[in-house]
Amino acid sequence: MKETRILLAQAGEITPTSAKEYGAVGGYQGLKKALAAPDKIVDIIKASGLRGRGGAGFPAGLKLSFTANTPADQKYIVCNADEGEPGTNKDRVIMEKVPHRLIEGMAIAGVAVGADKGYIYLRAEYPYVAEILEKALADARENGFLGTDILGSGHNFHIELFIGAGAYVCGEETALLDSLEGKRGEPRFKPPYPGVAGLWGKPTVINNVETLANLPGIVANGPAWFRQTGTETCPGTKLFSLSGNIANPGVYEFPIGTSIRTIFQEAGGGCPGGKKLMAIQTGGASGNIIPASLLDTPMDIDCCAKAGATFGAGDLMFIDDDQCLLDILENLMEFFEEESCGKCTPCREGNTQLLYLVRKFKDGTAEDGDLELMLELGNTMTGGCLCGLGQASPNPILSAVRFFPELFKTKSTQKGRVS
Amino acid sequence: MLNVTIDGQPLQVEKGTTILEACEFLGIEIPTLCNLEYLSPEGACRMCVVEVKGIQNLQVSCATPCTEGMEVTTMNERIYAFRRLIIELLLANHNTDCFNCSANGECKLYQYAMEYEVEKTRFVNTRGTPPVDDSNKFFNYDPAKCILCHRCVRVCNERQSNRTLGLIDRGVKTTMGLPFDQLFIDSNCVSCGNCVSVCPTGALTTKASKKFRPWEVTKTRTTCPYCGVGCQLDLLVKNGKVVGVEPADGKANQGLLCVKGKFAYNFINHPDRLKTPLIRKEGVLTPVGWDEALDFVTAGIKKIREESGPDAIAGFSSSRTTNEDNYVFMKMMRAAIGTNNVDNCARV
Repeated sequence: MKETRILLAQAGEITPTSAKEYGAVGGYQGLKKALAAPDKIVDIIKASGLRGRGGAGFPAGLKLSFTANTPADQKYIVCNADEGEPGTNKDRVIMEKVPHRLIEGMAIAGVAVGADKGYIYLRAEYPYVAEILEKALADARENGFLGTDILGSGHNFHIELFIGAGAYVCGEETALLDSLEGKRGEPRFKPPYPGVAGLWGKPTVINNVETLANLPGIVANGPAWFRQTGTETCPGTKLFSLSGNIANPGVYEFPIGTSIRTIFQEAGGGCPGGKKLMAIQTGGASGNIIPASLLDTPMDIDCCAKAGATFGAGDLMFIDDDQCLLDILENLMEFFEEESCGKCTPCREGNTQLLYLVRKFKDGTAEDGDLELMLELGNTMTGGCLCGLGQASPNPILSAVRFFPELFKTKSTQKGRVS
Repeated sequence: MLNVTIDGQPLQVEKGTTILEACEFLGIEIPTLCNLEYLSPEGACRMCVVEVKGIQNLQVSCATPCTEGMEVTTMNERIYAFRRLIIELLLANHNTDCFNCSANGECKLYQYAMEYEVEKTRFVNTRGTPPVDDSNKFFNYDPAKCILCHRCVRVCNERQSNRTLGLIDRGVKTTMGLPFDQLFIDSNCVSCGNCVSVCPTGALTTKASKKFRPWEVTKTRTTCPYCGVGCQLDLLVKNGKVVGVEPADGKANQGLLCVKGKFAYNFINHPDRLKTPLIRKEGVLTPVGWDEALDFVTAGIKKIREESGPDAIAGFSSSRTTNEDNYVFMKMMRAAIGTNNVDNCARV
């Protein structure tokens, strides 16, 4: 099965920064339709069934409606381009190859909810993407797709590029807004949700790059067209980031619901060197690690949840049987210990304690009670941290304990190091 | 009004009421570390979690607003275990040398550890013991006892508006600190001491507080005599001596004090302090009773007024009295003595 390129249809075919070339291959048709009937867009997106592509899978149309229905003198569209999940590269590819698709998506969202200002919050680690975006934005302005009175419609929409400062937690929407406001990036308590009170307290639509990049196609071709691909509850395609022990690492576009096996074999080319696949970390660094026996799981939010995998941002990290999962868990927990913002107790203190416990299992010094403590702590964090970071960071450990229980030996049960 | 049910008890609350406020209304006690009146809800410590029917994760009661039909459970096995684990996590990186701690007897972490039967944490210290900053003249900061509730940061930023305290670094390295790792003495800190007043543990303590335990002192509510604002405060008295001051929730100060109200109480017991009126008799200042002193002053004022008229008299009052006292003084000068020659030393 080959890739199904919808979002990346024009990738490599056109000069990425050129608005004219993007327009020549069907670009900016969605925006033109949106400008002709701004009141209809929210319903169109709702009918399409598009769900957020950043990890949470929230219905995109519903999100737009919150902001559309909140009266305010100023509203904002914020694009979350703080792609910080290790192993995720999909947003980078969109911004690098088809930046105008994102720009068009943001403008459509702006017209839909009555916002005339947008921000792209780009992670600091993508400086070359910033150059591409700046050029594309300038070209969009020059050709009348952005700015004052876009395409003579009377609607205004401006986009400003904002560069982050290298904190993983700023991918969390409210921490991102705080950072955008010039504050320390820490998640806010919700409610109020950004849709009602977001950037500088104003109603704000904050969406992932890939979510916004889906809007032009849906508005141009209609919800029925969009629902032709993907599954009933998760229509559309998804960009999957393949990494780890795989012959062809990279970003590939497949309909949602494609099995991991298909993606692994057809696009990824299997494990290099004839190695045997042992496990897959799904969804990102904070996603579940599942055994190779679950390779036939369809990549769809509901199917993943049912199988014990994570859909997340569509990451698939393949792990062959040469690797030690405990090494991987240690590496992941080092990341979360460092990247917790430090605001809430269970995340700040919990990640460091999880790391300590994982190291004990890795070093073979774990004692009776350590496994129970690790699970109690992990489940506590999942059920009571302030934001998604701490709620999800124990996932790799909890899933590894579930699917690979033989790794977690204590002093009294172990016979040598197991890997 | 919204209808909510808390632990099976129905209650009507106004829109915007938090679950914690609703619980307080019913007399249900919820443990809190980061929450404090007049500060924005933080939802950081996670001690105040409760279960809300229909929501999978536990919710912090301090920041979650009540909604129509909400059903809340404030205690069950899951909640107890959660709070217990939070205490254990905090204790792991907390210096538990409680015998040597100024906050002994009023530490909220200690109180909750007792309440939730945490005698020892199952977790390890991962932060070491950072040094104490004792550079301020009035208080000490011991980071090893900080539980990062952000109360001090919020009171400094939101209420005192001094913006001295903030959070440094992130993750497990997060500390409450000053810009550029300054010591308190080198910073723009005005020593108002409000951070000390709100600290729930022994991280920020007054230098004097080691010498008394909370149960040894009586509290006397009074008005701060330093200026006309009228801040309410509690004098902490041990063996007839003022040993400390705590801000009270007065209308004018709402739990805040300045450096003078909080720390400048030592003059009370100073030997040079005037405790009786003095009249100069044959060139020597001699202590007299209030009746004699007032008779002497009244006679003098009457004599001057008869000889030279009321405008020969002027009154000058102190800004170190309350607004009300200044008002009465003005009235006395204008109505009783009959002159507009009245002024006050308060100058901005």
